[in-house]
Amino acid sequence: MDIVLLSRLQFAAATMFHFLFVPLTLGLSILIAYMETKYVRTGDEIYLSMTKFWGRIFLINFVLGVVTGITLEFQFGTNWSRYSAYVGDIFGSLLAIEATVAFFLESTLIGIWVFGWKKISKKAHAAVMWLIAAAGTMSGIWILIANGWMQHPVGYAIRNGRAEMVDFAAVVFNKFAILEFFHTVFAAYVLSAFFVMGISAYHLLKKQHIEFFTRSFRIALVFGLIFSIAVAVEGDMHGVHVAEVQPAKLAAMEAHWETTTRAPLHLFAIPDEENEKNLIEIGSIPGLLSLLSHHDLDAEVRGLKDFPKEERPPVFITLFAFRIMVGLGTLFPILMIIGWFRRNRLPESTNYLKVMLFAIPLPYIAIEMGWVLAEVGRQPWIVYGLMKTSDAVSPVAVSQVLVSLIAFIVVYGILGATGFWLIAKTAKKGPDSVSANNEPQTVTDKSEV
Amino acid sequence: MELQIIWFFLWGLLWAIFFMTDGFDFGIGILFPFIGKDDDEKRIMLNAMGPLWDGNEVWLITAGGVTFAAFPTVYAVMFSSLYSALMLILFALILRGVAFEFRDQVDDPAWCKIWDTCIFIGSVTPAVLFGVAFANIFQGIPIDGDGLYHGSLFTLLNPYGLLGGALFLCLFLVHGALWLAIKTEGELHERAVQMANRVWGILLIVAVLFLFASRFATQLYDNYIANPGLFLVIGLNVLALLGTKIFLAKKAYFKAWFASALTIVLCTFFGIIGLFPKLLPSTLRADYSLTAYNSSSSPLTLKIMLIVVIIFIPIVIAYQVWTYNLFKGKITKEDLGYEGY
Repeated sequence: MDIVLLSRLQFAAATMFHFLFVPLTLGLSILIAYMETKYVRTGDEIYLSMTKFWGRIFLINFVLGVVTGITLEFQFGTNWSRYSAYVGDIFGSLLAIEATVAFFLESTLIGIWVFGWKKISKKAHAAVMWLIAAAGTMSGIWILIANGWMQHPVGYAIRNGRAEMVDFAAVVFNKFAILEFFHTVFAAYVLSAFFVMGISAYHLLKKQHIEFFTRSFRIALVFGLIFSIAVAVEGDMHGVHVAEVQPAKLAAMEAHWETTTRAPLHLFAIPDEENEKNLIEIGSIPGLLSLLSHHDLDAEVRGLKDFPKEERPPVFITLFAFRIMVGLGTLFPILMIIGWFRRNRLPESTNYLKVMLFAIPLPYIAIEMGWVLAEVGRQPWIVYGLMKTSDAVSPVAVSQVLVSLIAFIVVYGILGATGFWLIAKTAKKGPDSVSANNEPQTVTDKSEV
Repeated sequence: MELQIIWFFLWGLLWAIFFMTDGFDFGIGILFPFIGKDDDEKRIMLNAMGPLWDGNEVWLITAGGVTFAAFPTVYAVMFSSLYSALMLILFALILRGVAFEFRDQVDDPAWCKIWDTCIFIGSVTPAVLFGVAFANIFQGIPIDGDGLYHGSLFTLLNPYGLLGGALFLCLFLVHGALWLAIKTEGELHERAVQMANRVWGILLIVAVLFLFASRFATQLYDNYIANPGLFLVIGLNVLALLGTKIFLAKKAYFKAWFASALTIVLCTFFGIIGLFPKLLPSTLRADYSLTAYNSSSSPLTLKIMLIVVIIFIPIVIAYQVWTYNLFKGKITKEDLGYEGY
């Protein structure tokens, strides 16, 4: 078996699994911080109950995100040692900064939040959750600066047989990284909104804890409405920048073979990479690709044939990952807007609630597809235009990688299944699950009074 | 040049802090099935490190990240050479972290048993393997001029490597038992103290063996012989180890724990000082060794990272000390209901 393929599969498994948990950590921390702040401000016990219920789910999710993140930090060394040695001067420092300035704070504070209910004031306790949210976002900034550099390397020079940092500010303020950061966190906020709304819908459909879950739903709705629109608008800006700096990725996203002006956009296409054409093109709209990628109907868009065959990304995967992401990304604001009009009569809106319950996995799919697009679309490069993925892999035995890949799939499979089962169990149980063995005061749900 | 020297010792310091902090978590995790007799005692043991272990483990991420940032070649060669060992450590840490969170989610003894086992395996594996790995780093591994490793997982399991594993295991067991002695009362406390006393005796033997074996298995003493003043570090190390026992006998458990923490840091530095300037010696040819000079990042990166570390590491230490202080005091059965959930 091919070591490059195995290593890529392992990294894909490890990152995609990690990213099942990261977005919810990013978004839910903000929602919980808001709920706890409401509790501190109003003294309304229902907000405390909400903080604890969503907090319990948050913690199960959080720990899975943390432990799967640890392996990623080391996999660059174990599996991509040629890459690490070649770009460590830049890439390594970004990861080290992330750990030092952000991850430390997040991990230390989470202990205080869980165990500190009786140790610090209510205000301080709520502030801790805000800081956890801030630290998580800061982590995201540094990780996406690192990934942004792989997508569009800047601020470096090739010296001593490797890429060395020459301009730290250029690396940090890389436009690609900034666009990628906002796209990722906004998407994470959308996912978290859907998560809270979906679980709330479950209970509202069952007509239980109406007040509790109506409030939860509405808080998430506002959050989701804002960011489902923001992520789409931001995604458009991101796409224009990709067209500029990663033309091969754009061409693959759209299965665009010939360099043309007034380039059309195919709503659906099946590419034939062997013969450099599309087998099927449905719903081709002339000029739309030019418009979307350059904000100009007559702009020239480079086609895949402009790039040597060995420098093209896999067209099929890139194209479908993009279609799924954009398709779902279009659906999200629509669902949010419908929710906005139904916000005052949620319990009666059973059809809408059912849709929202089953919509929980959709943002997960959209986000994973976004990463497939970003990473597969960058191939064959590990650092765009600078280093090929095939030159980056560690000189380790194929058997080692095969064994570790199988271990990853088995262990992650079991832990992932257990984790989601626990989350579902806790979610279904509702707020009763958190009032049993903790606070001496019982939290009464107003709807049941 | 100075930057590379500073970074060499910072690199050692970060690993030492990781062993010092997460070391007692590992120790408690290993003692977990043996001295926690019932579920309440087990939960007290978990709560003794509950608010702290996650923050402690970030020292590993930082130590790894700093290896990547300051010595990318070392990061690349070391971690790909130690591939299987590192993967075992990572999987162990995953199981351990998840087990802490999952254990109390379902009220069923069989369920708890699964995660209790994971906590034990997840603690003993890294404790031993980090010792094996560092002993192998001290004596060097078979890497060639291209950074290719000519060995396997079993190459690392040589007598000196295994002795290193035993050393770390004993260090962390004493460290963990002392932390429990600080945090608990009653029978659990007595058992922790007894365990600390027992393992300390074994630790003493293993530590002396390790010091002797290092004379034959490694070149660590070359730096000490060239600068005899450095023997002071070994002297302090012995004092810290003896101090652990003295304070333990006086029932001054926090002081004993502190002495144990110093022992761990000084043990690490015994090796780091002996290694200088090598980060990863090659057993194939001396000039294949990776050193602070031939495998560091560019001066600009070292400078930027130094600024980051000088500003943020003291801040991190400050808020971690604050956290330790916040959660000081004994944990009792009454506290178990108040952990938030």
